[in-house]
Amino acid sequence: MGNLVTTILVVSGLAALLALLLFLVAKKFKVEEDPRIDDVERMLPGANCGGCGFAGCRGMSEALVKQDDIASLYCPVGGAECMKKIASYLGKEAAEREPMVAVVRCGGSCENRPRVNRFDGAQSCVVASSLYAGETGCSFGCLGLGDCAAVCDFGALSINPATGLPEVDEEKCTACGACVKACPKRVIELRKKAPKGRKIYVSCVNKDKGAVARKACKVACIGCGKCAKVCPFEAITVENNLAYIDFTKCKMCRKCVAECPTGAIVEFGFPPRKVATEEPQTAKTE
Amino acid sequence: MKTFPIGGIHPSDFKEYSKGAAIEQFPIPAVVNIPLAQHIGAPAVACVAKGDRVVVGQVIATAGGFVSSPIHSSVSGTVTAVGPMADAQGNMKPTVTIAVEGDEWDESVDRSQTIVKSSNLSPKDIVAKISQMGIVGMGGATFPTHVKLSIPDGKKAECLIINAVECEPYLTADYRVMMEQGERLLLGARILAKAIGVEKIYVGIENNKPDAIAYLEKLACAYLEVEIVPLKMRYPQGGEKQLIAAVTGRQVPSGGLPIDVGAVVQNVGTALAVYEAVMKNKPLVERVVTVTGPKLASPKNLLVRIGTPMSALIDYCGGMEGVGKVIAGGPMMGRAVSNIDAPVTKGTSGVLLMPTEESLREKEGECIRCAKCVDACPMGLEPYILNILTQKHDYDELERHWIADCIECGCCTFSCPSYLPLLDWVRIGKAEVMKRIRERNAKK
Amino acid sequence: MNSQKLVISPAPHIHGSNDTRRMMGDVLIALVPALIVAALVYGLQSIVVTAFSVASCVLVEWFVQKFMLKGPSTLGNLSAVVTGVLLGFNLPANIPLGLVAIAAVVAIGIGKMTYGGLGKNLFNPALVGRVFLLVAFPVAMTSFPEAAGAVSGATPLAMAKEAIKAGVPAVEVMQSVDLGAMSLGMKSGSLGEVSVVALLLGFVWLLVRRVISWHIPMCVLGSMALFSTIAWVCNPAEFMSPMFHLLSGGAVLGAVYMATDYVTSPMTKKGMVIYGVGIGVITMLIRLWGPYPEGMSFAILIMNSVVPLIDKYVRPKRFGAPKRVK
Repeated sequence: MGNLVTTILVVSGLAALLALLLFLVAKKFKVEEDPRIDDVERMLPGANCGGCGFAGCRGMSEALVKQDDIASLYCPVGGAECMKKIASYLGKEAAEREPMVAVVRCGGSCENRPRVNRFDGAQSCVVASSLYAGETGCSFGCLGLGDCAAVCDFGALSINPATGLPEVDEEKCTACGACVKACPKRVIELRKKAPKGRKIYVSCVNKDKGAVARKACKVACIGCGKCAKVCPFEAITVENNLAYIDFTKCKMCRKCVAECPTGAIVEFGFPPRKVATEEPQTAKTE
Repeated sequence: MKTFPIGGIHPSDFKEYSKGAAIEQFPIPAVVNIPLAQHIGAPAVACVAKGDRVVVGQVIATAGGFVSSPIHSSVSGTVTAVGPMADAQGNMKPTVTIAVEGDEWDESVDRSQTIVKSSNLSPKDIVAKISQMGIVGMGGATFPTHVKLSIPDGKKAECLIINAVECEPYLTADYRVMMEQGERLLLGARILAKAIGVEKIYVGIENNKPDAIAYLEKLACAYLEVEIVPLKMRYPQGGEKQLIAAVTGRQVPSGGLPIDVGAVVQNVGTALAVYEAVMKNKPLVERVVTVTGPKLASPKNLLVRIGTPMSALIDYCGGMEGVGKVIAGGPMMGRAVSNIDAPVTKGTSGVLLMPTEESLREKEGECIRCAKCVDACPMGLEPYILNILTQKHDYDELERHWIADCIECGCCTFSCPSYLPLLDWVRIGKAEVMKRIRERNAKK
Repeated sequence: MNSQKLVISPAPHIHGSNDTRRMMGDVLIALVPALIVAALVYGLQSIVVTAFSVASCVLVEWFVQKFMLKGPSTLGNLSAVVTGVLLGFNLPANIPLGLVAIAAVVAIGIGKMTYGGLGKNLFNPALVGRVFLLVAFPVAMTSFPEAAGAVSGATPLAMAKEAIKAGVPAVEVMQSVDLGAMSLGMKSGSLGEVSVVALLLGFVWLLVRRVISWHIPMCVLGSMALFSTIAWVCNPAEFMSPMFHLLSGGAVLGAVYMATDYVTSPMTKKGMVIYGVGIGVITMLIRLWGPYPEGMSFAILIMNSVVPLIDKYVRPKRFGAPKRVK
C-alpha cells in the first residue's frame, strides 16, 4: 500500500513540475503577433492551395493584415464573399473580381486526334513535353497524362478515359490556377465563370498553319478568321493561326460557334439550338 | 589501365553489328531539309529565300549570335521552302528545304584526296575559320566548336583531349573514322591544339577497340605531341568530365567547365571536320552516321549529307521491318524519334533501330533501396532521392543534393532493378533547378 | 509507311541485367547450401519449417496486398519468399508450426506491409518476426533439437555464457568446443546458422553476382573479431576467443544475409561501413555483457532504426567536389 501511495505522489509531483516548466517556457518564448492574423486565417478557406500567390493561407492572412492596400490580394477559393468579409473585419477595401473557372482548351480526343506514336516514359506531361511533341500529330495540344489532375487540390480535374482529356468539375473548381501552371502545354486557361455554367471558347491552342493543324486533329482551329468576322463585339482575335475569344468582351451570342468550320469553338450550358440540324459539327455541346 | 574515378556501368557494347562496315558514301537524296537549329545556342538565321539557287558549301544561314553556328547547303539545287517543319521529335523548327539538282560544289572547297599537312594560319584565324565553316561538337551535344576554343580571359588551356571513347553501345562512326581517316584525324587534332596554344594532345580510346589503339599508336609515331591513352571500358567514359578525369586524373569542379582544369575536349568527328574545314576549306555539310540495330539486315556506317531524311538511311540499310523504336544517337543518351522523315543533322551520330520486343520498358516497381543507382552515378549523386524530390517539387532541396551536377548519362535508370524511370524525373528536376539558378544569377 | 506505332521514351533505351526478381532469386540460390546442411543435421523437419515459413509469408503478403492495400500482386519480386526463407532459418528446427505462422504474420504483416510494402519498411521483416517469437515464446525459441554430432541441445553461445556465469574459466570452455566441427555444422542452433561454411559459400555467390557488396558483412564480422580479440587478450579467463564468436550463433547468417537487406541498410558505402561496425559492436556488447547469449538480431534491428539518420548525413563521394577550404 505504501508503495502505491509513493508511486502516485511521485508521478503526480512530476506531472505538476513538468506542467509548470511548460507553462514558464511558453510564457518566456511567446511570440507577439497580431491576433487579427489568426482571425483572418480562420476566415480564409484553409485550403492552402497557393492560388493567392502565397505559400498557404497563413501567408495570405499575414499579408492581408499587414498591408494597408489589399486591392492586389485575392483568394480565388473563398471568392468575393470571403474577401468582402475579411475586408470589413479589417476595415480595408477588398478587390472585386469576377469568379473564374479553369477551362481545358483542347478537343483532341482519341477520336478527333489519332495517336501516331506511343509514349513509354514516366507518366507525366512535363516529362513527355520535355521529350517531344506528343503522341499525336499536334505539338500544341493536351498530352493527356494528367499533371493537371495530379496537382489539383480540390479534385476538380480528372482525365476522362474515353477522350483522354481532362475535364473540369465546375462545382469543385476554385480557379486557384495550379493546373494552369502545371500544364506544360499551357492548354488550361482561367476564364470568367458565367451563370448556369455557360461558356464559349476556342477549344484549341494549335498555332500551326491551318492545313497542318487540321491534318493532326479534326477539331483544330485552322485560323481561318471566320469567327472574328462574324463576332459583333470584336471579342475574337486571330494570331499565329489561332483564334482567341476575349472573355471580357464576349457576350455569348454564339454566332462564332455556328460559324466555325472545324468545331474548334465550343459552347457549354446553353439550351439546344432550334436550327441544330444545320450545323452537325457543333454537336459537341453537351 | 586508366578510367574515371566513381560510378559507371558496363553495358554490352553491341558494336559488332556495324564495326566491320567501311564508311560508305550515301547517295544524295532528291530533297534535303536543313534545320536552322542544329547546335546548342541561338538558331542560325536564314539568308536564302524560296527560289534561290545554291551550291554545296554555300552559306544558307548565318550564325545567330556568338554561341551559334552558320549553316551551309549540303547539296546543290533550288531552295523550295524556308519555314517550319517537324523535327525528329515532332516539334516545328525553322528549316530550309532544297530540291537537289546535280552535285555542284562551291569553288573554294578542295575536294582532292591529297592530305594537306601544314598551314600557316594563326590560332586566331583557325578559330575564325572553324566558326565560318559551321563546325560544332559532333559527338551529339553540338556545342559550337569555336566557342569551346575561345579560352576565357584568365584561364589557360594545358592540353587537348580527343574524345575517341565512343562509349555509347552500338555506335561505330568514330571508330570507323579512326580506322579509315586516322591521319586526317591527327592533323585535325594538331590544328585544334594550335588554336588553343597547347603542346600536348591526348587521344582517349577504350580498350574495346584494340585495333584502333594500335593503329593510332602507329600513326602517332610521327606526331610527337600526341599520346594515345587506352582506357578501361566503362560507360560514361565519353562524358567530358569523366574523360578528363580518366586521362589527366583531374576532376572538373562542381559547376565548373573543363577549362578550369586546363583541358579542352573535342570529339573524333569534330577533329576530322576541323581538318577538312581548315585544310580543305570544306564546311560541315556531311557526317558519318552509324545505322544499326540488332535485327537490321545490313548495318552500315554512312557518309551522309546533312538534311537527308533518316527514313532514307533506314530503307537503305534494311527498312523498318519489326522496328519498334528509332533512336537518333546511341541507346544511352540518344533521343527517340517520332518522325522518321526528319533530317540527319550535325549532331546525328547514329540511327539505331530497336526491335519491337526491346522497345518498351519493363513495368516499374517500387524502390527497394538497393543503392545500385548511387553506386552507378558517375557524379556521386543520389538518384533515388532526386527522383523523389522532383516528384515532390522540392527544388531547394534538389539543389542542395547537387542535381545541377547531373550529366544525364542514364546510368541510374540503366541499373535500377525496379525499372524506375529515375532519369525521366531527374531531368525535369534539373531543368527546373537550372532555370532557378539562372534567374537568381540574372537578378544579381 | 509502317502501321505500327513507334515507341517514344526518354533515354536510356537499354537496361542492365539488374532486376529485383533476379537479385532475390540469387539470394535464394545462395541460401541453398545452408538449407542442405540444415537438412543433413536436423533432418527433414528443417525443410518443413522453412517451407512452411515461406508459404505463410507469401500467403500473408498476398492477403494484405489484395484485401488491405488493394494493390497489384507483389509476389513476383520474390521478396516475400526471401523473407520466408530467412525467417525459417532463424527458427529452431523443432519449433511448432503454429508459431511459424504467427512469426510470418508479424514479419510480413507488421514488419513489412504496415509500412506500405517492399521498400518502405524500416526494420528487417524476418528479424521482426524472430524477435517477436523470442520475446513472446522464449522457451520454444531457445530449446534446440539435439543436432547430429553436437554436444548438447544448447547453442554453443548459450552453453559458454552459462558456463562462464557458473565460474568455469573461458579457457576450459574453449577446450570443450571443436571449432572445426562448429564451422561445418556440428552444433545446435537455428536452422540457418548451423554451417558457417555453407553460408560463406552463399556469400561468395552473392559477391560474384554483384547482388551485395562486401562492405556490410565484412564490417560486421571485422568489428566483431576486433572487439572480441581485445576482450579476449585483456582477459582470456572470462571471454571466449574471437574465432568462437565468429563461428557461433547467427554471426555469419546475420552479417551476410540479414544485415545486407537492401531496404533496411544504408545507401552509401561509407554509411554501410558505419552500419556494419555498429552491428558488430552492439552484437558483441550483448553477447559479452547482455542478458541474451546472442545479440545479432537485436543489433541489426537497432542499427536498422539508425539507417535514416545515416542516409541523411552520410553522402556519397561527389565528383568534382571542392577540396576542403583550409
